[in-house]
Amino acid sequence: MIEVGQRRMLPMADGHASYPQPQPRVGFFTDTSVCIGCKACEVACKEWNGVPTDVIGSLTGESYDNTSALGANAWRHVAFIEQRVPARQTDPQSPALQPGADGDGLRWLMSSDVCKHCTHAACLDVCPTGSLFRTEFGTVVVQEDICNGCGYCVPACPYGVIDQRPDDGRVFKCTLCYDRLRDGLEPACAKACPTDSIQFGPVDELRERAGQRVAQLHHGGVDEARLYGHDPADGVGGDGAFFLLLDEPEAYGLPPDPVVTTRDLPSMWRHAAAAAVAFAAVVAGSFLGRQPK
Amino acid sequence: MSRREQTAVPEARFTSYYERPIIKPPTWKMPDVPAYLFLGGVAGTSASLAALADLTGRPALTRVGRLGAALGASLGVGALIHDLGRPSRFLNMLRVFKPTSPLSVGSWILAPFGFLASVSAASEVTGVLPAAGRAAGIGAGVLGPAVSTYTAVLLADTAVPSWHAAYPELPFLFAGSALTSGGGLGVLTVPPAQAGPARRTALAGAVMELAASQRVDQRLGVEGEPYRTGKSAVLLNAGRVLTLAGSAFAVLGPRSRLAGRLAGGAMLAAGICTRLGVFTAGMASAKDPKYTVVPQRERANR
Repeated sequence: MIEVGQRRMLPMADGHASYPQPQPRVGFFTDTSVCIGCKACEVACKEWNGVPTDVIGSLTGESYDNTSALGANAWRHVAFIEQRVPARQTDPQSPALQPGADGDGLRWLMSSDVCKHCTHAACLDVCPTGSLFRTEFGTVVVQEDICNGCGYCVPACPYGVIDQRPDDGRVFKCTLCYDRLRDGLEPACAKACPTDSIQFGPVDELRERAGQRVAQLHHGGVDEARLYGHDPADGVGGDGAFFLLLDEPEAYGLPPDPVVTTRDLPSMWRHAAAAAVAFAAVVAGSFLGRQPK
Repeated sequence: MSRREQTAVPEARFTSYYERPIIKPPTWKMPDVPAYLFLGGVAGTSASLAALADLTGRPALTRVGRLGAALGASLGVGALIHDLGRPSRFLNMLRVFKPTSPLSVGSWILAPFGFLASVSAASEVTGVLPAAGRAAGIGAGVLGPAVSTYTAVLLADTAVPSWHAAYPELPFLFAGSALTSGGGLGVLTVPPAQAGPARRTALAGAVMELAASQRVDQRLGVEGEPYRTGKSAVLLNAGRVLTLAGSAFAVLGPRSRLAGRLAGGAMLAAGICTRLGVFTAGMASAKDPKYTVVPQRERANR
């Protein structure tokens, strides 16, 4: 069980340990209970990474959200959810949990979504060119000089993060500011976040901090506070970027129980092999009849 | 209240973010990818039929099989390259070999298959180097079963609910559909005297295909719904009807050229409908958050 002990000291992602000197695995803890929906993360990400704008001028009518979803041109996405809830004493630190003035309150949930940098990353597994790779920081990055736009990573991602730029042909997503990490800087979104809703750091430290924060909220009576993506035992082996949420994940557009599709790949290959054998038997068997004259 | 209303399955309730999909639908273009699924199946079956036809002295079936394999592989690869966001970088597919990527494995199956099928077809057409043509044809024939089934893993190894949930059945559905289409090409074009193996292949494929698609309908829960509703259901049902019609012609008129033409045509059309149907069902399941959320919520609550 030495492996388990080592993992606790240095949480590793698939392929991370193959570096001669891997850096500590880093990621984000996004505490949505203190998000104020300012979208500074979206702006900072676009500015630093030169992410192009999508169509301007289309207002969705979905609260303050006109970004709508993560995609090739949206590597951070702030979700806005308006909910009618009974007024009650809540967390004074949290703008989302202020009691309403009248009988029932409007609860406003805001959450900055991002690539999860999964421990078992389906996008990376299925990439046929090796363009997607695991960095020395345990993050998942697209090498744009190799991507040939096959698009396989797009439906493989259980979170719907990565997508193709139609005018460019290649796929794009959050790099966790790989260039900044190599210069010892924190990613642009975390740097710009005014409330520390987006916290950057080594994943093991972030998990500890997240545990303390959720306990604090539960102690304060915010029973609906929950962590999402923090558990190394979940279907993707835990996310490098995980969250504290105040409602079910699907309310934020997150899958409730994502599983890396390649977990079933050995079984898929076995079924395909059985089908191939049946195929060969059918063709061979069909020649057993009479020889033509 | 009627009995029907009482037993109706209640509409699944679920939460979503403004009814937006959770996963991204595949960027794979229509008709490129379903066309490749069909052409690859025809090519794989044709190559295997040609190899054995060659060894058992059936020159007409050999010729059709070799040409069908080469043409199917070339058009299929063309469709795949056209589907790439950066077609000029298609050779990057052979940059690495990754068993975790069905597309990488498929590229490494398809590249030698296409080469061998083309060599044997070239020899068939020109009459040059018949021994090399035969060896290449046998090589392509050996790869035929892999070419015809790996595409099922290609679709299933995604987060697309209706494809992933059907991963145990899809390889048999695709193998069966490939056998029907490829056998159908032989039944369509080869004189009845030499078309026996193609006819038997197509009929066995029809049984495999229909059984697999029946099992998809019965076993799958909410993820099976896209196969049973909407445009995909129309396509899949058309595929079933054409498969049955083609099989009936093949059984009733084994010595008739006309029955063979009708049977082969119906079987090839069935293959197109079935591949389009499976593709469309997956796309529909990706675009509706219900198919992602409901099964996962059930699992999480368990």
